[in-house]
Amino acid sequence: MANEKKEKIIELIGIKREFEDGTVAVDNVDLYVRKGEFITFLGPSGCGKTTTLRMIAGFDKPTEGKILLNGEDISNLPPNMRPINTVFQRYALFPHLNVYDNIAFGLKLKKQKVTYQDENGNEIVKIEKLSKGEIAQKVEKALKMVDLEGFEKRSVATLSGGQQQRVAIARAIVNEPKILLLDEPLGALDLKMRKDMQLELKEMHRKLGITFIYVTHDQEEALTMSDTIVVMKDGVIQQIGTPTDIYNEPKNSFVADFIGESNIFSGTMVGDKKVRFIGYNFDCVDEFEKNEKVDVVVRPEDIFLMDADKGQVKGKIISSIFKGVHYEMVMLVGKTEVVIQDTVERKVGEEVSIIIKPNDIHIMSKEFTSNKYLGYITKKNTVVFGDGEFECDVTQLYPNSFLDDEGYLITAEGEKIDLTDVDVNVEVGLKDIEISDDQEKGGAIGNIISIIYKGDHYQLIVRTDENEEDYVFDTEYTWNVNDRVSIIIPKEKIKLTLKQEIKK
Amino acid sequence: MKNPAKEIKREAFEKEFKSKRFNFGFSRKHLCIPYALFLVLFVIFPLLLVVFYAFTDANGSFSVYNFIEFFSNPTKLSTLLISVLVALAVTLICLIIAYPTAMILSKMSKHTAFICLMLFITPMWINFVLRAMAMKELFYLIHLPMGSFASIVALVYDFLTFMIMPLYSTLIKMDKSLEEAALDLGANKVKVFTSVTLPLSMPGILSGAMMVFLPVMSCYVITDAFRGNNGFSVIGKLIAWNFVGENGTLVNVNGGAVIALVMLIIMFVSMWMTGGFKSENAGRGTNL
Repeated sequence: MANEKKEKIIELIGIKREFEDGTVAVDNVDLYVRKGEFITFLGPSGCGKTTTLRMIAGFDKPTEGKILLNGEDISNLPPNMRPINTVFQRYALFPHLNVYDNIAFGLKLKKQKVTYQDENGNEIVKIEKLSKGEIAQKVEKALKMVDLEGFEKRSVATLSGGQQQRVAIARAIVNEPKILLLDEPLGALDLKMRKDMQLELKEMHRKLGITFIYVTHDQEEALTMSDTIVVMKDGVIQQIGTPTDIYNEPKNSFVADFIGESNIFSGTMVGDKKVRFIGYNFDCVDEFEKNEKVDVVVRPEDIFLMDADKGQVKGKIISSIFKGVHYEMVMLVGKTEVVIQDTVERKVGEEVSIIIKPNDIHIMSKEFTSNKYLGYITKKNTVVFGDGEFECDVTQLYPNSFLDDEGYLITAEGEKIDLTDVDVNVEVGLKDIEISDDQEKGGAIGNIISIIYKGDHYQLIVRTDENEEDYVFDTEYTWNVNDRVSIIIPKEKIKLTLKQEIKK
Repeated sequence: MKNPAKEIKREAFEKEFKSKRFNFGFSRKHLCIPYALFLVLFVIFPLLLVVFYAFTDANGSFSVYNFIEFFSNPTKLSTLLISVLVALAVTLICLIIAYPTAMILSKMSKHTAFICLMLFITPMWINFVLRAMAMKELFYLIHLPMGSFASIVALVYDFLTFMIMPLYSTLIKMDKSLEEAALDLGANKVKVFTSVTLPLSMPGILSGAMMVFLPVMSCYVITDAFRGNNGFSVIGKLIAWNFVGENGTLVNVNGGAVIALVMLIIMFVSMWMTGGFKSENAGRGTNL
């Protein structure tokens, strides 16, 4: 791309923004924007994208780090001294001014150097305001740019949302800023209008040649418009790349999930360029260490539907929705749902199979911090998960609750709850699992499939037979691969949370 | 066999029975009757009474003598002029103190702002004559002589909250991104204030001004308490004097009515001039 040769216009170095109440909105953000680039900050609400934009505009000051504009530190420069203009989320048009005065607002404040020659031929440089004629000319040009000629005298309150949006854009670009910041500018428009404005903005970017920094939570908008996308989550940059990179090579499961529809499976590397997920060993193109736990991303449109017996993995269609261009179908493989997009509809209940090509399997390493399972509570107030049944403390589901003689849970408010068959999320830490040779002792039984030495301890994976559930944990003792063991988890180490509220 | 004509009659009766008997012919619009009665009794009738008295003499026959008397009496006219000037001055001083106060309040966290607002509001819950007397004691204590200055200080103290509240409610409702937009477009802090904050808080200023200017003109209790030997009195005192003599008897009802009518006209004119009748400004103030 041509942009890659151009110099950096703005650079954020180690930016951190901590609010007075201690929440960190933006943490350790390093990024640069090249001149003329269309860059988008993308992320869910509360990810710090708007805060980052506000720091570039100057409304917020970073707690740590520097913001460089053309190499100069502008971190402490007030917004009015920065050659940067903003299109605000809800336009922020001045209600007491008409369209013309709104757009001319910045121009009337602008000062420029004018060179004169006195009688002796000496040059005198004066700093002057723009003349009325110049302002009128520029406003007219800006209005033409946003297709609002003839609206000069209109009150902004009489304009539609789309027109207000255009005035807001005109008000910003009329000042010929070096960088234009756009804070979810299309958020308040309807879908059709938004699509039109996306293209218009992109066209405007091309014509003006200035740098656009755009903030949105709409991934499609980001993919359509940007040269570069910065995906953020919880104040931290997840990935920076071109739309194609971000879509095709997401760095982690968050990015994959946020950008477009995707299936994210948890898998294990079973050999050189071979990954096992949904019960099948797929060929893939990514190299990872054997037995490493990985996240596997497959786009729904990359899965080929075949008749049963013809593909790699068999399953049953459990839902099918017509989406215009294609059908979105969900296939159930064991307990895992696979979302598939295809132009040919398969009926619900039909047995089918799928093929996934190695190129379409994207593998990302998984940071393993705890074991997570889906489980349910039994009549005896034990919990079933990971092919086993374990003793647990069900009173943790409700604060200050206790069990009565009949085994019902009494909440702090005195309500009586029957927990039988209630679905729960189960979490077990890496250090909270023990194993034993005595297969009667534990709640689940499996084989050790992996032992990784981690300096001062081993990380073991025990896999059960039935549903291939894995238990990952750290231990100081030496074991051998393929040992058949039972899993012991102390009652108090099993963390339970309700999957959904129980109807009382 | 049923008689169809009888059936129809029955239905009509039932319909009437249902609508009349059980609703007593009552509909929602009848709820405004008490309000309308109140309005006629306590607002329209007294107003008409004032107009009637203003245009009649002591015998009850039509006369414009009282108007001629008022507008040719230099003492009365000067009292009116002084009232207007004092009201203007008090309004202006209140505005100068209240605006920054309201701005600071609007920038505070909700919790602190509430506490500070209560500090302004709670004194208003004390009877204002009592408050004036307390103020007077305070003035004695700090050796501030009674007179015009003391009167103005007391008036400002008494009406300041009425200026702060509408200003605060206007400023707190103002979209903060507008100020940011102005800053973004190159305005410095002073320019942001003069070109965005001030014009947009105009409804609050006007509302506050109305709540101070008009009552000050008739607030003779304070001027009486603080005037000392050389202070001023306001037009409200003149009205009271005309109506109530020293021993509580009616003295010159017609003369008093004229002054009241003149005040009423001043109020209407000032309301009209500041755009107080525009519907967009309805409810711009706030309740204490």
